[in-house]
Amino acid sequence: MFDWRWDFTWEILPRLLAATGNTLLAAGLGYAIAVVLGLAFALAQRTPYRSVTVVVREAIEFIRSTPLVLQIFFVFYVGPQFGIRLSPWTAGMIAIGLHYAAYLSEVYRGGLESVPKGQWEAATSLNLSTARTYFRVIIPQALPPSLAGMGNYLVGIFKDTPMLSVIGVAELMHTANAIGSETYRFLEPYTLVGVIFLLISLPTAAGIRLFETWVRRKLGMV
Amino acid sequence: MNAQYLSGFPLKLEGDPVPMVSFKKVTKSYGSLVVLDSLDLDIAEGEMVTIIGPSGSGKTTVLRMLMTLETINGGVIYVDGEPLTHMPSGNELVPANNRHLRRMRSKIGMCFQHFNLFPHMTALENCMEGPVHVLGLSKKEARERAEELLAMVGMADKRDQHPSRLSGGQQQRVAIARAMAMRPKVMLFDEVTSALDPEVIGEVTNVIRKLVAEHHLTMLMVTHQMGFAKDISDRVCFFYGGRIEEQGTPEELFGNPKRERTQQFLSAVKEAI
Repeated sequence: MFDWRWDFTWEILPRLLAATGNTLLAAGLGYAIAVVLGLAFALAQRTPYRSVTVVVREAIEFIRSTPLVLQIFFVFYVGPQFGIRLSPWTAGMIAIGLHYAAYLSEVYRGGLESVPKGQWEAATSLNLSTARTYFRVIIPQALPPSLAGMGNYLVGIFKDTPMLSVIGVAELMHTANAIGSETYRFLEPYTLVGVIFLLISLPTAAGIRLFETWVRRKLGMV
Repeated sequence: MNAQYLSGFPLKLEGDPVPMVSFKKVTKSYGSLVVLDSLDLDIAEGEMVTIIGPSGSGKTTVLRMLMTLETINGGVIYVDGEPLTHMPSGNELVPANNRHLRRMRSKIGMCFQHFNLFPHMTALENCMEGPVHVLGLSKKEARERAEELLAMVGMADKRDQHPSRLSGGQQQRVAIARAMAMRPKVMLFDEVTSALDPEVIGEVTNVIRKLVAEHHLTMLMVTHQMGFAKDISDRVCFFYGGRIEEQGTPEELFGNPKRERTQQFLSAVKEAI
């Protein structure tokens, strides 16, 4: 009934570990895009230009209200009809980066709104420029309350990278599927994928908590 | 900000001496609630003016408007002879652009009830941020200036501490040093002792006394410390219902208040003590 084959397990492990590198790369790149773009989205919603605010707000709502897998398909398969031909990797990074940017912008928004009004007023009274106020006064204070949410989405984006397999990005899930269809054995590859995800997610989550404490201490806020 | 174009107000105040701060028919309202009703108030260079009055009388609004933290709905505020939130364009005053606002703001410093120090910066960094990044001082110059001011407020030994490690009185003293580091011509103190424990109020009021004695600053202060106001003010204004109900020297206002509302307020305050 329970036919686990260790020899097969050892045989496929190197291949899966190699694919783990791609999974980490996809998660890392996607997250880097999301972190920067998400901040841009959050700041764009605070500009005095109503048209900018409304467009960004609606775009975020649109992204958050449709499935990631659809967005991945859309960028990859619909793009070429408009003359935009992207490799699976590029299309995947754009889709997943945009998707998580929309979520992260909400995390940032909460963080930015948690900074007391008095901090803005102090910055005005010292005549700091708007850019200086944001990057030196407001964002450093918005960061600690945002870190928990940012960490959740880091683990989230990592766990969502298997969706990139649908357009042929050779990450873990894609490789496990390939092994399955070559050998007709699914138990070992899928179990290993689960274990690998677990072994990376759990320490990451713990690491984020440590990082949060470290940042608060570094900023003198504990 | 102020959408209205104004005519009938001088583009620049002339004469000798020009008041350091001048409110001309300044009105502020939130919807139908009028907070300040056509306020006229001149403050001479080097003068120390204290505003007292019941809560909701518009006293804090006066300071916040001067710091450009609140817009005004009517009238013009002049600082050092120039309109604050307006600028001349042809023969009329138009709403100021950001550049004008920043230039005017550089003349004014403010201390807040809740200090509003930047919590992620040390006392010294708090005092260096503006001088380095707004005034363009070198780090070395800014550091010297900040250390000098922290010494003046008695906080030299705490300069590397973050605000979370300081008491309220200590934070307020750092906040005063931070504002002074910008070398303002006008200093605003908005209920700077209201959030403090009674035993540390003295350390803050002593710093302000020192500023009055050693610096030729124009100061505008909102306070509930009547004794302190009496000691250090050149003039005291009693605000009621968005207007100056009565003003005069501390001796006149506290010793012989003429208006009934002033008398009522002062006796109520006395009872509370």
